[in-house]
Amino acid sequence: MVDLSINCGGIKSPNPFWLASAPPSNSAYQNCKAFEQGWGGTVWKTIGEPVMNVCNRYGSIDYNGEKIIGLNNIELISDRPIEVNLKEIAETKKLWSDRAVIVSLMVESKKEAWHDIVKRTVDTGADGIELNYGCPHGMSERGMGAAVGQVPEYCQMITEWVTEVSTIPVLVKLTPNVTNIRYPARAAKAANASGLSLINTINSIMGIDLDTMKIQPSVGGLSSHGGFAGPAVKPIALHLLSQVTSDPEINLPISGIGGISNWRDALEFILLGADSVQICTAVMHYGFRIIDDLIEGMTNWMEEKGYSSLNEIKGKAIPQIADFGNFNLLHKTVARIDQSKCIHCNLCYVACEDGAHQCIDLIPVNGHNKTQVREEDCVGCRLCAIVCPVEGCISMVRLDDAVSTKTWNELMKDFKRENKPLTWKNLAEFQKEHGIVIH
Amino acid sequence: MINSAPKLSDKEYEENFKELTPPFTKNGAVAEANRCLYCYDSPCKTACPTHIDIPGFIKKIATGNLKGSAKTILESNWIALTCAKACPVEDLCEGACVYNDKDEKPIEIGRLQRYAIDNYFASGMPKLFNSKDKNGKSVGIIGSGPAGLACGAELALLGYDVQIYEGSKIPGGLSTWGIAPYKVRQEDSLKEVELVKSLGVKIKTGIRIGESISIDELLTTYDAVFIGIGLGESSKLNIPGENLEGIVGALSFIENVKKEKWNSVNVGKRVAIIGAGNTAIDAATEAKRLGAEKVNIIYRRSEDEMPANKFEFRLAKDDGIIFHFLTSPTEFFGNHKVEKINCIKMRLGEKDKSGRRKPVAIKNSEFFIETDMVIFALGQQANLDFLNSIPDLKISNGCVIIDEKTYQTNNPKVFAGGDCINGGKETVNAAYDGKQAAHGIDNYLSNKK
Ligand SMILES: Cc1cc2nc3c(=O)[nH]c(=O)nc-3n(C[C@H](O)[C@H](O)[C@H](O)COP(=O)(O)OP(=O)(O)OC[C@H]3O[C@@H](n4cnc5c(N)ncnc54)[C@H](O)[C@@H]3O)c2cc1C
Ligand SMILES: Cc1cc2nc3c(=O)[nH]c(=O)nc-3n(C[C@H](O)[C@H](O)[C@H](O)COP(=O)(O)O)c2cc1C
Repeated sequence: MVDLSINCGGIKSPNPFWLASAPPSNSAYQNCKAFEQGWGGTVWKTIGEPVMNVCNRYGSIDYNGEKIIGLNNIELISDRPIEVNLKEIAETKKLWSDRAVIVSLMVESKKEAWHDIVKRTVDTGADGIELNYGCPHGMSERGMGAAVGQVPEYCQMITEWVTEVSTIPVLVKLTPNVTNIRYPARAAKAANASGLSLINTINSIMGIDLDTMKIQPSVGGLSSHGGFAGPAVKPIALHLLSQVTSDPEINLPISGIGGISNWRDALEFILLGADSVQICTAVMHYGFRIIDDLIEGMTNWMEEKGYSSLNEIKGKAIPQIADFGNFNLLHKTVARIDQSKCIHCNLCYVACEDGAHQCIDLIPVNGHNKTQVREEDCVGCRLCAIVCPVEGCISMVRLDDAVSTKTWNELMKDFKRENKPLTWKNLAEFQKEHGIVIH
Repeated sequence: MINSAPKLSDKEYEENFKELTPPFTKNGAVAEANRCLYCYDSPCKTACPTHIDIPGFIKKIATGNLKGSAKTILESNWIALTCAKACPVEDLCEGACVYNDKDEKPIEIGRLQRYAIDNYFASGMPKLFNSKDKNGKSVGIIGSGPAGLACGAELALLGYDVQIYEGSKIPGGLSTWGIAPYKVRQEDSLKEVELVKSLGVKIKTGIRIGESISIDELLTTYDAVFIGIGLGESSKLNIPGENLEGIVGALSFIENVKKEKWNSVNVGKRVAIIGAGNTAIDAATEAKRLGAEKVNIIYRRSEDEMPANKFEFRLAKDDGIIFHFLTSPTEFFGNHKVEKINCIKMRLGEKDKSGRRKPVAIKNSEFFIETDMVIFALGQQANLDFLNSIPDLKISNGCVIIDEKTYQTNNPKVFAGGDCINGGKETVNAAYDGKQAAHGIDNYLSNKK
């Protein structure tokens, strides 16, 4: 039997899937509907300071016929009065005791204001608090959101104001719009946060209409950088997640967010150390019903692989995260083309010839060109395998003895010991010794 | 012996009867699945008589949750493989796909369904559903066609002991014995039978109710009875010469073809099919694929009234079938075996009860069509003798009358579905009927104390 239940920093839910704090979690109506369909938790749309939204809030990128591979927004926090939100939160929690109800908060950077809202939130019976230090637009102009998340000292100070009065777990939601996400994460840890949520949206400009020259979205002729989310941000989110989960100084429970559309994406976040996952854009595109496949697909995968709880796989991919200096320079692969599968599109040839290292030949055979790798010249870059449209046609074949290793760091140590400076000549010697060819 | 078409080589037969639509590759399926817009409350789902959550199962193919995909399909339709391969999709789900409204190619729903279900069978039919605890009640089912199988499967999940009786030696109804082999092979149909059996349904073949076991015995043995007997052979015209050698009914001809022993089926060099429904087209294309040199379809109305759907008509045209519209046979001639058909030209007159214009013979327009074989495909006839032997059954126009919601017949213990209640529709309708009837039976037996 597969059990998908999780505990993220003291917040429990029957499955790892939470609505991210955003339009889908705006109201009791929506959150209750989501719970009915099976969602494990919700992070209520951020509540706090009085705000007003504008019209034309979203922009999107479509790619080759696929709609919304990325979504950007210039929306603010909840524009419904705080009293209404708090009342609905309490009602929702009462109806759904087994689901996680987390309330996202953002008020001005004053101790009293934070103390007040934290207490009122705790009174609703909510399971946890999430601090929105991420809003990249609008709120940051008013000194909140990313303006806090980008300065580790502010991040620590405000988190302390919250944790000193909160009786429920506190997650700090990080902005990706920083040079090193480990600093705000460590600041949250220092302020006793129960866990972290990441990522919030990424600063972005979605594009310009070439006929009107208007930036989208356009608010009466003006536009602004908005927050970027959706499938396109997943690699960035995974990277930032790995930065946090591979830092032994941080070691906090994590709610992973950013571009999760299906159970496969969710599993990748969990493999990189997330306890729960949050989803916004996919719900905005397709509705709460995606939860059916999220739960079922993940359950079937676990069953097939013989896992019974998410703890067994959490963080399993983290040990692979390493510094470049520790990679084995002697690891040698070359591309091999399975001629029986080749459809003669020759994309590998042109990619290698113009975009890489000129080691695929076109050999005329029976009216078409056969692509053939000159293995002695192949640098093993993998570009051809990536552009090939046929599954399993080009594979990277390992040629080294799988025993010898020499990392850059080791090599530099060797050079130091042997009193060799790092010069092209000395490097060439090492390469020659190991049969490494450079193009 | 009739003047037979020369036999073909095994290779030619296999080529002629190979699948019309090949299966998707993995990449092809995922790409097509990703093209699906995942509509909400989608028209395809509404258009499917069994209301499969089509965007739902397609989305699961896209994410690689193939087991879940099969579950979504089978939740609504137990006859999922036959339907995937033989449903007239352009009239149903694919015809309703929103891409049609954008003037783009509709999603290949049937082919995607097949991809998911093929995978399900290939992975050894893992258990998808939990049956309710046995409730101690039993249901007897007559006929193992789509209706009987679907009813049996659903009842088994609901906790009933289910016994299906099948007159034929091989179960599956017309999926096994009727649908063109270039769409569905016997092995496909038998996989569906295995799935139903795996749920605990028992099937006894070679037992025709009314012959080896009486209907009364069934009615006393079981708490309820479901009739899924389909229909019988095509009707004839009652014109002179019908008993000449070489004149056969479409069902017996097709049944022979479905044995998949192509070179043992005798087909005339020249074949004439009487009628222009989907069965007529099947008989025509199958005769052609067996090597008949000239195949004529004779139909008394015009192309517009022809019951065959567009897809089938195109198929026949591609196979080189010759259509004689507004033509009616009046007599068959021959010395022991049929040699020619006397036909008369027709024109369309006033509208008749069916709303179609009635064909009227044109005087002095008679002519001959020479042929070595005639296949009647005028619509299947009901098994009235058997149906009339069931106490209290109401029958109208050859169809068993049922309550539309519960599928209960006028005899409260007897339920019915499939071709025997609708006069002959599609597999998907029978699959839906069977499933719905199971719930009708469950309601009836749960409320009966
Ligand atoms: C030639 C042909 C081609 C077709 N092609 C297609 C197609 O491409 N696509 C499509 O969707 N539909 C097609 N159909 C229609 C489809 O096959 C039927 O609608 C469907 O099979 C009806 O299912 P059923 O269970 O009601 O009856 P059947 O499939 O006819 O099954 C009835 C079963 O009951 C058994 N039986 C009858 N009497 C007794 C008795 N007294 N005791 C025991 N057993 C009995 C029979 O042997 C048979 O196995 C086709 C039909 C024909 C005739
Ligand atoms: C329209 C919109 C509004 C959002 N509003 C908030 C918000 O009020 N508070 C917050 O913490 N994050 C907000 N977010 C960010 C999301 O919670 C989430 O971090 C981000 O969208 C990435 O996840 P996704 O790729 O699944 O969409 C918003 C995102 C969108 C698209």
